[in-house]
Amino acid sequence: MMNALREDLTQMNMVVRQLAVDTDLYTLPSTTIRTPDLEPQPVKIKARNVNVFYGEKQAIHDVSIDIPEKAVTAFIGPSGCGKSTFLRCFNRMNDTIEGSRVDGLIELDGRSIIDRSLDVVELRARVGMVFQKPNPFPKSIYENIAYGPRIHGLVRSKADLDEIVERSLRKAGLFDEVKDRLHDTATGLSGGQQQRLCIARAIAVSPEVILMDEPCSALDPIATARVEELIDELRENYTIIIVTHSMQQAARVSQRTAMFHLGNLVEEGPTEKIFTSPEVKRTQDYITGRFG
Amino acid sequence: MNSMLVTLVLLLLLGFAYQTGWSRSSRLAQVEGRLHSKPIYHGALVAIWAIVPALLILGLWALFGTATANTRFRTLTSAVVLASAFGTGAIGLYLARNRISARFRARNEVERIIRYLLIGCSVVAILTTLGIVLSLLGEALRFFTFVSPVDFFFGTVWNPRFSSVGTGSGDFGLLPLLWGTVMIATIAILVALPIGLMTAVYLTQYAKPKTRNIIKPMIEVLAGIPTIVYGFFALVTVGPALAGLGAMFGLDIRATSALTAGIVMGVMIIPFISSLSDDVIRQVPRALRDGSLGLGATESETIRRVILPAALPGIVGAVLLAVSRAIGETMIVVLAAGNSPYLRLNPGEPVSTVTVTIVNQLTGDTDFSSPQSLVAFALGLTLFAMTLVLNIAALFIVRRYREQYE
Repeated sequence: MMNALREDLTQMNMVVRQLAVDTDLYTLPSTTIRTPDLEPQPVKIKARNVNVFYGEKQAIHDVSIDIPEKAVTAFIGPSGCGKSTFLRCFNRMNDTIEGSRVDGLIELDGRSIIDRSLDVVELRARVGMVFQKPNPFPKSIYENIAYGPRIHGLVRSKADLDEIVERSLRKAGLFDEVKDRLHDTATGLSGGQQQRLCIARAIAVSPEVILMDEPCSALDPIATARVEELIDELRENYTIIIVTHSMQQAARVSQRTAMFHLGNLVEEGPTEKIFTSPEVKRTQDYITGRFG
Repeated sequence: MNSMLVTLVLLLLLGFAYQTGWSRSSRLAQVEGRLHSKPIYHGALVAIWAIVPALLILGLWALFGTATANTRFRTLTSAVVLASAFGTGAIGLYLARNRISARFRARNEVERIIRYLLIGCSVVAILTTLGIVLSLLGEALRFFTFVSPVDFFFGTVWNPRFSSVGTGSGDFGLLPLLWGTVMIATIAILVALPIGLMTAVYLTQYAKPKTRNIIKPMIEVLAGIPTIVYGFFALVTVGPALAGLGAMFGLDIRATSALTAGIVMGVMIIPFISSLSDDVIRQVPRALRDGSLGLGATESETIRRVILPAALPGIVGAVLLAVSRAIGETMIVVLAAGNSPYLRLNPGEPVSTVTVTIVNQLTGDTDFSSPQSLVAFALGLTLFAMTLVLNIAALFIVRRYREQYE
């Protein structure tokens, strides 16, 4: 039983490797990517042969991918496939985990971000993050949004700050709901409002990229729809990468989709293509719900 | 010798009763098939029935009997008591043995008795507290028949004289003592809070697990040092060093002073603050920390602006617990504070505290009908009320804080 399973796994790995060679993953055109409903977009983030280790355990195997600018890229795959781990490489959040190690090449606008000498504070100002569970600080709504601009010294006057707070809340579609209680504590908001607050908080620092790690997994369907709408609007100005468990969500909000399994990138391409005519059987099995 | 013999007989009774219950029920099991309860429960129940009445009678005798016993009949009465104790034991054994049957629920009964036993144990602690309060209250009230509460609580002079001089009027003003206590506790907190808190921040946020596993137990050793040893340390090392240091800057600091006692007491309560704060900081959800780091905040910005504010209620609770500990502390102050009950602002001067004064008033020849001794109970009551309020406040705050993140 175990042996059969192991053989299966080895075979699968070989298939994946072969596939990588077949589809010329390593020599992808690195200047532009074609997305179905948009003009070709320049590459914002380029990853080549990325490996991530947690201590002895390897969580990501040799992943290469290009992330287009001002579009939504979805990472899908079964639990524990490494998609969140890979996402956290883009703003170096893996640094906060004891014993983690990343090698390979990751470039943001052509500049390496893996280098240990890079200033993570500056990187994280450019690459914001929204987490799985809404995590507003136990402060007022206003203070939550003002937190980022304050620590990065983006504002000179109270008026500037007021303006940033209002603009960020408006972009997150939350302003009208909370304008009368900006100084109430943020933990009193509903789950969906909290998550949009966290998005507004990320936007307030004027990032170029927003990473979203299963942003809707703790929300009800209505709040989820609201956040998805917001993601679609944000696409105009931001490069968004979203990790999701929900296939429908990936299909609804993303222009490109990458499928991960067991720490490998199985397949990636325009969302439409992945969902209608995937090249790898494993992707199709996952999308149609045969495993995962 | 006699009591050893009694114990031996009691143990024999216990063993015999257990054996009787066990063997009778086992035999029954062979005849009737399966019993409701296993033989060990039948054995235990018979043993309890035999031993508890005997122990009760002996216990009552030990508590009240000796006072009433006439010396001439002492041997006779004790023989009667022993006989009746063991007699009741035997009757209990017999009755319990006869109750054994296949359906008899010995297990449930034993479990119930065990529950009563556990309740009894927890009641002991509560009754003790109650007893302490009542005895303090009674003696304190007697004190207030000599000195009016207004003179005691608002008096600014402490000069009780000696009871041998007569019950003539001394001055029993609480304020100088209270002032000394508050001053020393404040100095202690000023020392312990920054050091303890920063230690906790280092241990939770920066230290690698390996470092933490070494440092944390080492800090907790501080909490295990007897306070009298801290007292020596204050008297022999810290006091003279402080006096020398003061002299260098032209300050007049006495070797035994509020400062000496306060600083050493501060060191003593560092582990309290550091390990309690460590716990509350650890309870701040990791998601908050990640959220702040993800926005590009540095480690120290995250700690100052997110983690510490979120942990603040818990830290306040920890500080209050530490303060109540500092207020009740005695040995360090006895040795190092100088025992000088005057209202003085300068921390470099000797002071006296409530605890020290209690020690002073109750050591040596004491006459428990004079205000000079009775005042100790009024002081004790004041101290008890202070620490009680602080503890309740601290527990309340800490609990509120726990609920917030659960």
